Amino acid sequence: MIRKALWLSATSALLTLFAPGAQAQDRVVNVFNWSDYIDSSIIDDFTKETGIKVVYDTYDSNEILETKLLAGGSGYDVVVPTASPFLARQIQAGVYQKLDKSKLPNLTNMWSEVADRVAKFDPGNEYSVNYMWGTTGIGYNTKKVKEALGVDVIDSWDTVLKPENIAKLANCGVYFLDSPTDIIPTVLNYLGLKPDSTSPDDIAKATDLLLSIRPSIRKFHSSEYINALANGDICVAVGFSGDLFQARDRAAEANKGVEIAYAIPKEGAEMWFDQMAIPADAPHVAEAHEFINYMMKPEVIAKSTNYVFYANGNKASQPLVSKEILDDPGVYPDDAMLAKLFTVGPYDPKTQRLVTRSWTKVITGQ
Amino acid sequence: MSNAAVTAATASRAIDADKSALARLGAAFVGRLVIIVPYVWLLFFFLIPFVIVFKISLSQTAIAIPPYTPVLDFSDGISGFFAQLKQLSIDNYLWLTQDALYFNAYVTSVIIAAISTVLTLLVGYPIAYGMARAPAAIRPTLLMLVILPFWTSFLIRVYAWIGILKPEGLLNQLLLATGIISQPLIILNTYTAIFIGIVYSYLPFMVLPLYSALEKMDHSLIEAAKDLGCPPTSAFWKITFPLSLPGVIAGCLLVFIPAVGEFVIPDLLGGSQTLMIGKTLWNEFFANRDWPVSSAVAVILLLLLIVPIMLFQRAQARAQEQDR
Repeated sequence: MIRKALWLSATSALLTLFAPGAQAQDRVVNVFNWSDYIDSSIIDDFTKETGIKVVYDTYDSNEILETKLLAGGSGYDVVVPTASPFLARQIQAGVYQKLDKSKLPNLTNMWSEVADRVAKFDPGNEYSVNYMWGTTGIGYNTKKVKEALGVDVIDSWDTVLKPENIAKLANCGVYFLDSPTDIIPTVLNYLGLKPDSTSPDDIAKATDLLLSIRPSIRKFHSSEYINALANGDICVAVGFSGDLFQARDRAAEANKGVEIAYAIPKEGAEMWFDQMAIPADAPHVAEAHEFINYMMKPEVIAKSTNYVFYANGNKASQPLVSKEILDDPGVYPDDAMLAKLFTVGPYDPKTQRLVTRSWTKVITGQ
Repeated sequence: MSNAAVTAATASRAIDADKSALARLGAAFVGRLVIIVPYVWLLFFFLIPFVIVFKISLSQTAIAIPPYTPVLDFSDGISGFFAQLKQLSIDNYLWLTQDALYFNAYVTSVIIAAISTVLTLLVGYPIAYGMARAPAAIRPTLLMLVILPFWTSFLIRVYAWIGILKPEGLLNQLLLATGIISQPLIILNTYTAIFIGIVYSYLPFMVLPLYSALEKMDHSLIEAAKDLGCPPTSAFWKITFPLSLPGVIAGCLLVFIPAVGEFVIPDLLGGSQTLMIGKTLWNEFFANRDWPVSSAVAVILLLLLIVPIMLFQRAQARAQEQDR
């Protein structure tokens, strides 16, 4: 019995191993995207329209994607890395091929506000097209925050970055994203310094501030805050907008009286972009272009946004996005707020090491 | 016996000897073949991967595919290969000594693994003892029950503990409802939660070798001790425990070794302040993208685990020789 089970699992493991390579005569595109990041009917529609079969695979961290790409021979045709620092660094490493823009007529639908910012990481948008974008802000349990602080809304980083304020939230629980490349620029921006500063003095200042609020932070983790916030286990989480919207939706679905809100604090926040790109060694380049072009159709990307609650970089899709989402300043901030959102490029290896080391000091005290 | 008969008999004896020598040779060959299989396995799935990791640990990082340099190949011929070989250096190992972080992470991991191993032994021994003393008819069922958790994903089982241990979790609800405590216990995100997670996850690895050692034991030894007036507790410590010692050692190694490198349990159940070597390695590999330094961390971790095992095996081999 056990032996049979072992054999079964061994065979299925082998099958998965060879699955991306197993291409029949029919046309295929191997897509590797974030988990919970698409309305799956879009994939079916694409296959119906083009006859191209989609092998859809998901990941839940940029690091996992990057490791697969850097090891080479991933077999994927379309991947969706975050623009900075991941896509920018991967372009340098020679991971991607330039897009053939003649095969992407729907590029005219794109939003220059987003494309211009991405150009900082992918000059001329030669290697990538925006899929979704968002911010790094504060998600909170409205009832618990009202009990602890006596306020209805959080609108400033003061709430979590001032020791005396966050101390009042410590008991009901605060989680922070376990990602130095997102949090340290956020703190630098709050301190009035350049968010993308690489000066060791500035990074030390951000580290000191984080150390001063460390006792009030229950945990640093990159995904657990979704469940913790939705279940009402914690009251505040600093994290990615999309994850926090997911927490909001899950809490609403569970209907246990937990209400989650998301704020882009008035001091501004980091803006991030998830970009569709084609690996240099992609086996199905033509199909990959067709897939990307399809995703740039206004009605398609609007459908995706209406499903995942992220803003997209497609201007033409905005009339088709549901009003509730388009009017939500947490998803589509107004122009004044857009101007305050900042981006940070990849660190050089030395600064990266300093930032990671400072971060370890913050979270472990060593 | 005539001379001729003597000659014939000698000849036939010589042929017999030849035949048995051949048979012995054949048997030796088959025996060797059986031994070779695990060696080939180790060569392909341990030694070669280890050499690759060791080689990367001597390289430098680069922004490229793969993200380190040099990548050894023969594109420039043999001399090119040796030129690449010369670029390798032990800098990454020196780096590990310059920051106390790595040393502290190794020490914390070993301490957490050691405490967890002792706890697992304390929980696992009575279970294994009970199983070995149970009626022979139900032993296979009990054995099955120990293995059963493996049929669920390890990750899901660890996640389930979050639901049990969190402040509003099942455990706290139960304790609050029964009035044992008035304030919810904070267990999640502490060392206690890590110990609970490791003991729970690795318990079968402790129970199975203990069970097989205890089951083999001859129960009449205990009866003899009883007949000679030995009280049950000293009978346990003088007979049962020493006889189960190989199981104890095997179980402890099976728990200790993976626990040192454990990443998932401290990540999900422990607090962020827990600095274990698994997390440090993760940081080097994923956050710093420094494959060479993370390979160096992995090589040291391997040595840290292999040296005690080799010492233990040598001690055991010596003990066996003395028994003879």
